[in-house]
Amino acid sequence: MRVWKFGDDVNTDAIIPGRFLTIYDPAELAKHAFEGTRDEFAREAREGDVVLGGTNFGCGSSREHAPLALLGAGVRVVIAKSFARIFYRNAVNTGLLPLVSAEADSIRDGDAVTVNLAGGYIEANGRKLAVEPVPGFLKEIVDAGGLVAYAKNLDEVETCSTT
Amino acid sequence: MAATIAEKIFSMKCGRPVRAGDVVMAPVDAAMIHDITGPLAVRVFREMGGERVFDPERIIMLFDHQVPADSIPAAENHVFMRRFAEEQGIHNYDLLEGVCHQVVMEKGRAAPGEIIVGTDSHTCTYGAAGAFATGIGSTDMGFVLKFGALYFRVPESILIEVEGAFGRRVGAKDLILSLAGDIGADGATYMALEFTGRAIGEMNMAGRMTCANMAIEMGAKAGIVRPDAATWEYVAARREIEPFDLAGDADAAYRERRKYDVTGLSPQVAVPHNVDNVVDVDKVAGTKVDQVFIGSCTNGRYEDLADAAEVLGSADRFAPGVRVIVIPASRTEYLKALRAGLIERFVEAGALVEAPCCGPCMGGAFGLLAPGEVSLSTSNRNFRGRQGSAQASVYLSSPATAAASALYGEITDPREV
Repeated sequence: MRVWKFGDDVNTDAIIPGRFLTIYDPAELAKHAFEGTRDEFAREAREGDVVLGGTNFGCGSSREHAPLALLGAGVRVVIAKSFARIFYRNAVNTGLLPLVSAEADSIRDGDAVTVNLAGGYIEANGRKLAVEPVPGFLKEIVDAGGLVAYAKNLDEVETCSTT
Repeated sequence: MAATIAEKIFSMKCGRPVRAGDVVMAPVDAAMIHDITGPLAVRVFREMGGERVFDPERIIMLFDHQVPADSIPAAENHVFMRRFAEEQGIHNYDLLEGVCHQVVMEKGRAAPGEIIVGTDSHTCTYGAAGAFATGIGSTDMGFVLKFGALYFRVPESILIEVEGAFGRRVGAKDLILSLAGDIGADGATYMALEFTGRAIGEMNMAGRMTCANMAIEMGAKAGIVRPDAATWEYVAARREIEPFDLAGDADAAYRERRKYDVTGLSPQVAVPHNVDNVVDVDKVAGTKVDQVFIGSCTNGRYEDLADAAEVLGSADRFAPGVRVIVIPASRTEYLKALRAGLIERFVEAGALVEAPCCGPCMGGAFGLLAPGEVSLSTSNRNFRGRQGSAQASVYLSSPATAAASALYGEITDPREV
């Protein structure tokens, strides 16, 4: 459960470069995650590891290959001070949990962390750091395990123009 | 009640007033999918139990990122998407028309007041037509393909009022780069930018598309240009539509109001490796370049190519040792440039002119950079590794600055050529 710490403005080209976008299998994508920017990630990331960013994590392209590459590497949780909008939504939709923590900076690369969602905190170096809850309408998707599971049993949706 | 354009668009769709912060399941007017992110959206649509798309006429399909296919997997993606289009009765522009955002605009598939989504972050380009347009991921698109609607959090808006007149060889790209530098890469996250003011009103549609296109580079969900006569003329030339008034109210609850004046604005350059790392061109003038790319959804229109050709003037050749790649954004723009003699000038001067596509911008097809190489590009992102090696450097500029730099082999102020 080690932390892979990155800086601000980690973009989706860094998470998975454009030349690998014909790949859709998470495990295959994971082999190229952070290729060129942090090569050891793909070799050494283990199931349950956590990716930690600063502000604006996941900016840039809308490519869903980015959360898929992290999931393929075994990452289930990304913690950042803030997220870029499309990445945040893609993460929720695909079952990668994006957690916002104002204190993300205090966690170091290689630290062990545990996530206590029910308690609304993460624990690193024996310290509890508060995380912001996922907004209401997205929580249903998180709870369902992603948007596919959420949508599977729906035949239609009521839109704002009909309700 | 006073409202921003974004609030008005969602209110029109919902048939009741909605405000920034409201979360609504809104119907979409159009959904765009392309060769890179489309296949995943189709798979998700199926996993969600989708059998028939909500409305084939509202789905826009085309291929632009890897065309003609640059690998067997890319070719397989194209075949996969063609089959889906055929099965669902979706009109597929395939690889014939050009870069998705240019094609959506020039085919009249975006109009004021519409909500449009696309599996590409630069979908915000259609804000130039007065639409609320935003990039989404493939899973959200799978949901849209099935239901024709999506959850949106109605965004707050930043009003961007731009006054003044551009100087010679300075224009829309310089403005939007300077805004990115000022607002920052995440300064507008979750928000809509609403562009207005004299300099925007006097800007042609090509320039407005350049501005709306790069709203995402500030984290914005949408970048909307307040529709005016030029907007309605552009859209009405492409589809039947009755103009209506769509302006943000003076007393609307804007998150922020920012005023800019382009008088005296210098050509702007985004330096490696972030789009908000923006300087006046003189700060980096003299930087040697190995490759110059003029094209993309940001700057591949006829007007952009004309700006570049005007700087090229009667010069014989681009600088030796510089690879100049020119890619018109669409077949239509290509033909306009061809008929105006621009393509001939570029080829004579030593440029490689490629068929409409995303080209080097996406760093996955061709025109990749080796470690240590430097590119000056009219596209929208200069992230480390974006155009090839992570040890290469990408600078962003206007077509005029790109052409001037191609002439001298180093970053050059186009006003001094």
